[in-house]
This record gives sequence, structure tokens and C-alpha cells, in this order.
Amino acid sequence: MSEANLPFIGAILLTVVGGAAVLTWFERRLLGIWQDRYGPNRLGPFGILQVAADMLKLLTKHDWIPPFADRFVFVIAPTAIVISMLMAFAVVPFGPDHYLIDMNVGLLFFLAMSSLAVYSVMLGGLASNNKYALLGGLRAAAQMVSYEVFMGLSLMGVVMLSGSFSLVDIVEAQQDGWYFIPQFLGLYVFIIAGIAESHRLPFDLPEAEHELTAGFHTEYGGMKFTMFMLGEYCGLILLSCMITTLFFGGWLGPFFPPLVWFALKTFGFVCFFILLRAAIPRPRYDQLMALGWTVMLPITLINLVATGAIALWMNQA
Amino acid sequence: MIEAFVSQIRTIWRILLHSFTKAETVQYPEQKPYLAPRYRGRIVLTRDPDGDERCVACNLCAVACPPDCIALQQGTREDGRWYPEFFRINFSRCIMCGMCEEACPTNAIQLTPDFEMCEYDRQNMVYEKEHLLINGTGKYHDYNFYRVSGLKIDGKDKGEAQNEAEPIDVKSLLP
Repeated sequence: MSEANLPFIGAILLTVVGGAAVLTWFERRLLGIWQDRYGPNRLGPFGILQVAADMLKLLTKHDWIPPFADRFVFVIAPTAIVISMLMAFAVVPFGPDHYLIDMNVGLLFFLAMSSLAVYSVMLGGLASNNKYALLGGLRAAAQMVSYEVFMGLSLMGVVMLSGSFSLVDIVEAQQDGWYFIPQFLGLYVFIIAGIAESHRLPFDLPEAEHELTAGFHTEYGGMKFTMFMLGEYCGLILLSCMITTLFFGGWLGPFFPPLVWFALKTFGFVCFFILLRAAIPRPRYDQLMALGWTVMLPITLINLVATGAIALWMNQA
Repeated sequence: MIEAFVSQIRTIWRILLHSFTKAETVQYPEQKPYLAPRYRGRIVLTRDPDGDERCVACNLCAVACPPDCIALQQGTREDGRWYPEFFRINFSRCIMCGMCEEACPTNAIQLTPDFEMCEYDRQNMVYEKEHLLINGTGKYHDYNFYRVSGLKIDGKDKGEAQNEAEPIDVKSLLP
């Protein structure tokens, strides 16, 4: 049963955008804890009002468009990432009855939407008419396109095991065993490709501060910068949701209601990605590309072939 | 390859263990960090145990000062002591390096563990002698330059300082 109604859509948007906003504060607090300091803890209980303060600051900033930039594309680019990331939430099954659409190609829809996000970064870098931004945009395009290849392939093992592209069916198929055990290689590749896809640390080469000042959003400020950040954090939440759905049994779990299980698992993965940010240094650009094509792709192919063979053998027996 | 992977996992685990360690930083305005007595903060001019100012205006601190933030003028009192007519430290330039303290032959200039010197007006960062001079001996309680030096001042002739021998009459051959 689908609940494709406006209040539910509003609830999802509010949760995701609000979650992304709170995540900016939560990430800083968590990084603080792992780096033996406090992080922002002054405003409100535990410093949670820092979110409001940051929002106020960003919204009241001068909305400046550089005179040398391509105005139209410059303004359009930041919205693309937010729109595509929020669109992908349409297919995420939060609970057995809590999803917008149960598409029979839901997984492909998610992959397509997360690929569209690359346009935002690339066009933003291109329209800024700035060397650093252009380099960041170039890196983003190359990185995302190459990691896309095995991001899609790594999920095909899950599709083979469940026999469906529909995310609801995939979760239902995990009733007697979550897929992170048979598909551990797929999970490993998907996590790494997912980080590269949402260009978060340690794979934030498109915006590597030390080399490219701020990469593709060098020229962005105020509201438009907020859009890029919002898109990135929505991407992080989306990635955690997808890992939960595809490998960790989605809403399945004992004692608690399905929505709570889904939220708990997603929260766990968000924390894990922040931990990755705290722990792992950023690789060099050529190392990133080499890792992608010489390690990740072969692993994915091996996983794909092995899963196929085992699935065939199981069906015969 | 495997080694690199294991190393990454180990890194993540070690960082995760930091969830249970105490923060190295302190909640500053409410909670002050411990500063050692020899911490290099605000500069003061000290007095000797008798209450006279120690500074003899030798200018060594001004010479040693890397950003040249110390300015002073030497004067002589009627009793023969040297003293600074004015002594000015521009704390907006001072880098708290402690070179002046090292250079000072009379232990007059000393750094203290106080660093809270914020001002809204930059001019207020320029400290004059009246702001710098304290009514105490600082870190060295017993030292008095004029008691140990051979310089002649009123009430202390040549040869009367601590551990100082009588002056030798170089124009006589008699023992």
C-alpha cells in the first residue's frame, strides 16, 4: 500500500531537510568528540541552536553572483543537487507501509538520481569561471562517473539474490537473512563508491581545501552555498538509507516498530560516515582513480560472477 | 593491499576509541586552564626587596625585543641610581617571546601567567611605566642589583657590596 499523499511528502521533506540541517551541528559535535575536544556546545542544550544560528547567518548573507560568472547556470546549479537528492527519497521504503512509490525499477531510479547530482557540481564549477572551481568540477565529474560504474554493479548481487529491482521487495526478501553477510563485498564496494559519489571526506577531492581553496563552490556564498551543503548532507542521509535498505534489512527487526528500526539503522550509518571522516585522510587524486579502476572494479566483477554462480547452483539444487 | 586495508580498519577503530577519552580542551571563560608560573604572558616591571624599582634603563630588553615593542629613556637620580624616565611596551606588537626577560641583567622585566589583555581601543594596548610597574619582587624575591654590583651610589661606596673586596690602590706598591 502506498501513501502517496501530500502530508506524507511534506513529512519526508521536513524530516530529510531538517535532518540535514541538524546533521551539520551533529557532525561537528561528533568530530569534536573523536578529536578530543567539545565542538559547538554553547547555544542552547548541547549547542543544538547552533543550527539556527548558522542558518540565520547563511540566509542573511549577501547573495553575490560574480560578474564574470555565467549567471543562469550559476544560479541553477546548486538547486540541481538538492532536487535530485530529494527526488531519490521518493523510492526509499521507510516502513512496510511508509513509502511514496514502490517502483519496479526503484533501485535504478535511486542510481539515476544520485548520478544526476554530478551535473550540479560540474555545472557549478564550470559556471563560476574560476580556475579552482573548474578543477574541482573536472575532478567531480571524473570521480563520480568512474565510481558510478561499480556503484551500480555492486548492487546487482543484491538484485540477483532478491530477484527484484523494487526496494520494497528487496527488504521483504531479507526476512530470513540480511544481505550484508552474503554480499559483504558488495557492501564494501557500495560504501566506498557511495562516499565518492556524495563526495564526502575522505573522498572530497572536488572541494579539497588544501589544493583547491573550496573546489567547485569557491565562488558560492550565502543561500546558494547552503544549497550545495544541503544537497551533500541529504546525499549522506540517502546513502545511509540505501545501505540500510539494501544490506541491513530496512525496517526489519524485532521488538521496535519498523520506522524506529529504519531510523536507528540509518542513524548508525550516518555516524559511521562521520567516523570515516574523522579517521581517514584524503587520498591523492591519482590514487583515488587507481583504487577505483584497479581494485574496486575487479572486486565488484568477482562478486557479481560469484553471486551469479552461487545463485544458479542454489536454484538447481 | 591487505596490509593497507587492515591499517585503515585499525585507524577507524582507534579513532572510535576516542569516544571514551576526555577532551583535551577546557571550557574557557568558565574554566581556566592551568598556567605554569613561568608562563609567558603580560609583562611587568618588578621592584627590589627594598621597594625601589629594579630597572636600570640599560636598554638591553629593547635591543633584544624582536618586534621592537619596548621603548624607554634612561635617567639618573640624585643618589646615583639609573632609572627609566619612561618605559613603554606596545602590547599590540608584543609576541610574548620572553627575550626581554632573558636579556634583563637585573631581573626587572618579567613575564606573568596573565594573557587576558583584550581592549576595544588599540591605543589602550600601549602600557606605560605606571601600568607595568608592580609593588613586588616577581619571581626573584631576594635579588637587589645595587647590593651586589660594584657601582657607587649614595650610602654604598666602592667595595661595600655583597662579596665585594675592598678596592685596590693601584698607585701604591705597599701591600
